[in-house]
Amino acid sequence: MRSNKVLFRNIDTQILLIYIIMILYGLLNIFAANYDNDIMILFNFKSEPFKQSIWILSSFSLIFFILLLDGKIFASLSYFIYFLSILSLIIVLFIGKEIGGARSWFNISTMLSIQPSEFAKIGTLLALSKYLSQININISKLSVQIFSLTIIFIPILLILLQPDAGSSIIFFSFLLILFREGISKYYLILAGIAFSLLIFSLKSSTKFLIISLIIILIFLLIYMINKKKLKSNLKLLLTVSIILFSYIKTINFIYNDVLKPHQKNRIDLIMGKVVDIHGIGYNLNQSKIAIGSGGLFGKGFLKGTQTKFNFVPEQSTDFIFCTIGEEWGFIGSFFTILIFILFLIKIITMAERQRSTFSRIYGYGIFCIFFSHYFINIGMSIGIVPTIGIPLPFFSYGGSSFWSFSILLFIFIKLDSYRMDILR
Amino acid sequence: MNRNKFTNRRIFFYFLILSSSLILLIKLFFLQIIDNSYKLSAEKNVVKQEIIYPKRGYIYDRNKILLAGNQRAYDLMVIPREIGNIDTLKFCKIIDLKLESFIKKIQKSKNYSSFKESIFLKEISKRKAAKFQEYLYEFSGFFLKERTMRKYTENSCSHILGYVSQVPDYIIKSNKYYNYNDNFGITGVERSYEKDLRGNKGIEFFFRDVWNRKMGSYKNGKYDSLAINGKNLDLTIDIYLQKYGELLMQNKKGSIVAIEPSTGEILTLISSPNYDPNLLVGQNRSENYIKLYKNKNKPLFDRSLLAEYPPGSTFKLINALIGLQEGVISPGTKFPCDNGWEYNKDLKVGCHKHRSNLNLKEAIAQSCNSYFCHTFGKIISKYKNTNIGYNKWRDHVLSFGLGNYLNNDLYTGKPGKIPTQSFYDIQYGKNRWKYPTIISISIGQDALLLSPIQLANMTSVIANRGYFYTPHIVKKINDKEINNEFLIAKFCSIDKKYFQPVINGMENVISSKFGTANNAKIKGMQICGKTGTAQNPHGKDHSIFIAFSPKDDPKIAVAVIVENSGWGSTWAAPIGTLMIEKYLTGEISNSKLENFIKNATIIDDSYEK
Repeated sequence: MRSNKVLFRNIDTQILLIYIIMILYGLLNIFAANYDNDIMILFNFKSEPFKQSIWILSSFSLIFFILLLDGKIFASLSYFIYFLSILSLIIVLFIGKEIGGARSWFNISTMLSIQPSEFAKIGTLLALSKYLSQININISKLSVQIFSLTIIFIPILLILLQPDAGSSIIFFSFLLILFREGISKYYLILAGIAFSLLIFSLKSSTKFLIISLIIILIFLLIYMINKKKLKSNLKLLLTVSIILFSYIKTINFIYNDVLKPHQKNRIDLIMGKVVDIHGIGYNLNQSKIAIGSGGLFGKGFLKGTQTKFNFVPEQSTDFIFCTIGEEWGFIGSFFTILIFILFLIKIITMAERQRSTFSRIYGYGIFCIFFSHYFINIGMSIGIVPTIGIPLPFFSYGGSSFWSFSILLFIFIKLDSYRMDILR
Repeated sequence: MNRNKFTNRRIFFYFLILSSSLILLIKLFFLQIIDNSYKLSAEKNVVKQEIIYPKRGYIYDRNKILLAGNQRAYDLMVIPREIGNIDTLKFCKIIDLKLESFIKKIQKSKNYSSFKESIFLKEISKRKAAKFQEYLYEFSGFFLKERTMRKYTENSCSHILGYVSQVPDYIIKSNKYYNYNDNFGITGVERSYEKDLRGNKGIEFFFRDVWNRKMGSYKNGKYDSLAINGKNLDLTIDIYLQKYGELLMQNKKGSIVAIEPSTGEILTLISSPNYDPNLLVGQNRSENYIKLYKNKNKPLFDRSLLAEYPPGSTFKLINALIGLQEGVISPGTKFPCDNGWEYNKDLKVGCHKHRSNLNLKEAIAQSCNSYFCHTFGKIISKYKNTNIGYNKWRDHVLSFGLGNYLNNDLYTGKPGKIPTQSFYDIQYGKNRWKYPTIISISIGQDALLLSPIQLANMTSVIANRGYFYTPHIVKKINDKEINNEFLIAKFCSIDKKYFQPVINGMENVISSKFGTANNAKIKGMQICGKTGTAQNPHGKDHSIFIAFSPKDDPKIAVAVIVENSGWGSTWAAPIGTLMIEKYLTGEISNSKLENFIKNATIIDDSYEK
């Protein structure tokens, strides 16, 4: 097609600018997290800032390659890519390198490991977009809903087998795409109720919750008897209460019998049920200390003490936000969050301007991925989300995640460049 | 485009972005701006204070010979959380530890804290530390911390110097300076001059990382303080004389105290048996302490300061002086002695055989019991009743620095005992005792008790003809002469003129062929002395001797007590005169006598060092 003749035709410059700000600010903070009173760290081939620079530079060629491709190729190859990523998720279970109790990495060389679950995000999203953008698909049909859920849940199951609960949670966010594409709003309300019940049942005792529900039901019954509507609604009331009780029981069962002790501990910690600053809560507490000590203006670039002296574990990967919070203070945190707000709103507006359903769904898909990473990562650093080891997009150190975030974003930028074309 | 009818749902997504970001920002606002506690935690996290221990002051003798210095030692520290998978058996073998105590110590450290360092083994020797250092990399969680501990360079002066150990709890509670595990002088000079010797600790604040590594100073050392090293002490002790005395006293129980009368400086302070002061240094201190504590000859007991003996015949000198002062006798006064003094049939004080009707000088030289019984009787009878007479007599005695603490710079002491009137009132009933009842006090028995240092000080008073300086142990602090009440002379109640006749008698004790210590005579030396034999209800008599020399312008006054050895003349007197000769001339003319004393064993079972 003619569009390929000019590589950067119709490329959105605003999102490109936000992207560049993010990687530069991110790199600065990775440097700060590693800084050891020695500027030479920049030139040490084994240092994280140096390695991250290599990842960033190499991703540019990848981006260039993506922009060179014909945009249609993503749609046409989507099932194939999905198949490949599922295959890699299966293979990693057998030959993957075990890090921290999870078999989730391919160890290619000492310098290079690749996490297939990162690329499965791309595959799953492409497959979902492809499936839902077909003309004859009606999302209100149960079969379509079930098939969509299958596409999402296959990688989730495989990742849970590794087991890497953190990465699998991201895939759940794809359910939001279904909402945008027209699934009944009751699903969302139901999900909201289910989520709040989950929080309540984990936070307070199950007994208390069930007693409160029974009291509410009794009041409802009295209300209905008074209004003489009991007969017509009795069936509904019964079904609802049975579902509610079994749901609570299920949460209870999963919490007590399925979750591993360390996962249970993390949940208890967030719910404030246990206070243990030296054991499981050590990371969280140190992270809060680092961020909290930043104050309004921060301690200044390279002047952080908590992150510098290794009090915060994984400070350049999952806990990179500590460095930002400590050295740049609330101003820096605010700026980071502002960048993400702009970035995410930009993605939504870009998705909405697509004429192609595929592109729009894909756009909402990357929104889900970036949003969940953003909220969970910063949320866990300040203790409002359980400690889940997932990176902050474009900020955290790590090649696989950086590459996959870049690929995700630039496929969308490429798709977006066809927004003026008639139809697809 | 058919499905784009749901385009309104994008509002939900905008709402999602803004509401979640708002939640994050509110939480961040509280964390970073409202709540200050995280700032404090951060400082506590990274700013660590380290105490810099000052060098403990050195201790020298009066000739500037080093007695106590410092040596490098190491504490083996542990951070239990960081202990890896170590070879426990190898570890125990290297540092010479039993497996059970290893487990116990680890548990103790864990109970203290898993995250903070604590002392695993205190004061391990340089050699062990060096060996451990080699294998350090195998034992993660353990590391060595340098500190100094005492090194006593002369195997001598154990009681004088005392020892240093971990500061006791009651001190920590009452004194803010000390922290758990600080060093503290427990006995001896180490205790009485603790404040001078210890110096002042310094504090250094620095940043540390999570592994406790130093990462630079905090606020450029604004809050740091330097350690001030302890002050050096010069003792009044003459180490040569001290060691010679210790040599003479080997395998004997007892004490030698020598004082320079013109200053009150203690030249020697010997308690025998003694021990190597280095036994109470370092890792094996408590083990050695228990061994010494259980030894039945009680080497830890400082006899020179804490033992109290009846002074025996040496006390006759005091009675003679009081008699002269009270005018009841004169140098020419003679009293009969028919194998002793007899009040009535039931009350007699025996005496050895000697020519009768002696004058004062002869009575002192030959230690006639009868003479001093008569003298004491006359003193008391001079007054209209016994009570007044006795109290008058007692006041004279007290003025010799007896019956009370000396209030000097030694960390311990005993007051001795000069019985009060009420003591006898209780024993015999008010007004139901007269001088004959307590007649044996005139020859230094009855309820009289003196410590060796008091005995030496009493000798000093006689040598000085009427005054003394409080005996003290430290001469200079940081090369500056001490300047305190020890330099003020304290006069006794006897006029100077009455001393000469008594001193003449003391000279004859040694020089006259009838003198009780004629056997201890040193050729060419003018030594004035007095023997004594203290009756001991628990066993053989204690042999006592006091002396000073030269007769005019005395340089040394000495008191010797050899426990359970019999007559004063046999053991204590030769030891006393040998000490004097050694001090004044630096050599010994009568090596036969020296060897006889040196090689004698007067102790139940030989004390092993």
